[in-house]
Amino acid sequence: MVQVSSSKAGFSRKEDYLSAFESFEKRNAKNPLWMDETRKAAMKRFARFGFPTMREENWRYTNVRPIEETPFQFFSDSPKTLLPSALETFDLGQKKGYQLVFINGLYHPKLSRPADSKGGLYVRNLESVLTSNPKFVEPYLARLAHYDQDSFTALNTAFIREGAFIYLPEGEILDQPIHILFVSVSNPNNMISQPRTLIVAGKDSKATVIESYVSSEDICYFTNAVTEISLAEGSSLDHLKIQRESTRAFHVGTAYVREDSGSTFTSFSFAVGSLLGRNNLNVALDGKGAECELNGLYLAAGSQHIDNNTLIDHPKPCGTSHQVYKGILAGRATGIFSGKIFVHQDSQKTDAHQVNKNLLLSKEAQMTTKPHLEILADDVKCTHGAAVGQLDEEAIFYLKTRGISQEAAAKLLSYGFANEVINDIQIEGVRDELNRLVSEWLEKPAYWGAVS
Amino acid sequence: MLEIKNLHVNVEGKEILKGIDLAVKAGEVHAIMGPNGSGKSTLTQVLAGNPAYEVTQGDIRYAGQNLLEMAPEKRAREGIFLAFQYPVEIPGVSNAYFLKAALNEVRTYRGLEEMDAVEFLDLLKEKMKMVEMDSSFISRPVNEGFSGGEKKRNEILQMAVLEPKLAVLDETDSGLDIDALKIVAEGVNKLRKPDRASIVVTHYQRLLNYIIPDFVHVLVDGRIVQSGGKELALRLEEKGYDYWVAKPEAQSTRVK
Repeated sequence: MVQVSSSKAGFSRKEDYLSAFESFEKRNAKNPLWMDETRKAAMKRFARFGFPTMREENWRYTNVRPIEETPFQFFSDSPKTLLPSALETFDLGQKKGYQLVFINGLYHPKLSRPADSKGGLYVRNLESVLTSNPKFVEPYLARLAHYDQDSFTALNTAFIREGAFIYLPEGEILDQPIHILFVSVSNPNNMISQPRTLIVAGKDSKATVIESYVSSEDICYFTNAVTEISLAEGSSLDHLKIQRESTRAFHVGTAYVREDSGSTFTSFSFAVGSLLGRNNLNVALDGKGAECELNGLYLAAGSQHIDNNTLIDHPKPCGTSHQVYKGILAGRATGIFSGKIFVHQDSQKTDAHQVNKNLLLSKEAQMTTKPHLEILADDVKCTHGAAVGQLDEEAIFYLKTRGISQEAAAKLLSYGFANEVINDIQIEGVRDELNRLVSEWLEKPAYWGAVS
Repeated sequence: MLEIKNLHVNVEGKEILKGIDLAVKAGEVHAIMGPNGSGKSTLTQVLAGNPAYEVTQGDIRYAGQNLLEMAPEKRAREGIFLAFQYPVEIPGVSNAYFLKAALNEVRTYRGLEEMDAVEFLDLLKEKMKMVEMDSSFISRPVNEGFSGGEKKRNEILQMAVLEPKLAVLDETDSGLDIDALKIVAEGVNKLRKPDRASIVVTHYQRLLNYIIPDFVHVLVDGRIVQSGGKELALRLEEKGYDYWVAKPEAQSTRVK
């Protein structure tokens, strides 16, 4: 079924983006030529194709017209701040490690704990490195994120400035997680922020990076984030994305990961916020024996729409990819899971497993799941599965016979469903906090109106 | 404590129980024996309030109340406990989390204060010792990946924590080795008090070597065909159920 929705037929704010780009270019006159050229090429791509429509295979189930039709302010008039206590709500118990804080897209030095680049370790605002040492980021920036293939990536690339730059030199092993917080606070006009994160893990390095996209206010804004992650031979990165945007916000987050041989990428994507949320995760196991484990949990209620789109590419042999994505939908929420695993002809001994499980707590909630394997090699172990279901009646009855009420039983089973995937998180503080967030989400009485 | 009168029950439109009468007084242990498919499990599920079982006739009174009008969770809070023949797995929910939630629901209902985590853990450990369960079961998800015997022990653990007034055990002995059987029996015997009662449903006599029943009832084709003392179980062991299956009406008597 093809749904017709054309940006040309209706109202579009593409002009806003074009004129914002013009004034943005003037601000960045001092940037190196290669950066300017990349920005221009990306904007050209966006100008030509605009926002994606539902006629595109990759966007068949998500209509981004609401984003397209909302006017946004591109740059903060004045830097906003936050009380440290307000930030504590979102710190996931991480008080010691390196931390970068951005408010409405702007770096906030006072709330941040950057790493000075002594010893080669960088945890800094991308903008400052682009200004002071552009040569250092040139080999990595915009190399993995294909702006010629995706409009949101193109738009983000055109506006590259603020964001996180993390560079782990060879053999660097960090005990404490690095936390990058993108906080949105109220502003007279709806804001757009387009943070860029670049993570480069040197040979045999090891670290954990948490990206949090958060707001504690009931406000409308648009986050269009792009993350590029490059993992050298034998490196290991634990990456967590915590999406707790306002439930009136739009969030499009796109991550591109390239793994060299023997590297390990572990990812956890948690999404509970945004009115319209889209998560793109593209992982290329571009070296022999590279491994990735991609887990995800999304919770949506009311009229939230949450779309997870993942691509795991196996261009080299002996790669391992394990993926478990789970979702709980309540109210009239809609969820999309579209997961593709592509195994090239020469990628023998590939081990790829993918599971998507969904729990619907109301009759009106809707889930579309599309696991997809494309295998050209013949000596592989690949499986995939998807399930959409309601709470297990037998289990509810069992809990009731122990004195637990219908509502408490439903919450307990939902909690367990989520907990199964959260439990794989290595960092205790994050695990506890996410379990708490799930419990808190399940407590909202409106979700249980339809359960009987 | 429990009075069942002329109970008829349908499952998916088919009549399984065809007029059960049974009275259980506080302090008593009743054994219900019968061949497969006689309706033993159906009776236990009806007592626990499984909505899939339709009561078409008769009534059940428990502690002076109409049991059939009570929701399953209310029955549990009022002290009825069913040890399932096939305990259900609850993925992602630890045994401790689940049991604490259950105990506190029951305690709140009874006007007692909720137990905090430390108090509860002490209680749980003590009860686990009793049923000889390893402490690793505290944090393992409820029944998930448990062996048959471990699941049955876990049912007895729950019973020991919740301390029901009326415990109903549905073939808790099946699939257990003799050591596990003794542990299960001990769990039931510990609850044997003047103000409590048990109904032990079993296919075999051997559990009754360890739990000495006050009454034994033979259930065949949805009816209690004979009731007697503990010696009836031994006779069953000798003769088998064929005697009643062949002519179910012949021996029909009822206990008062």
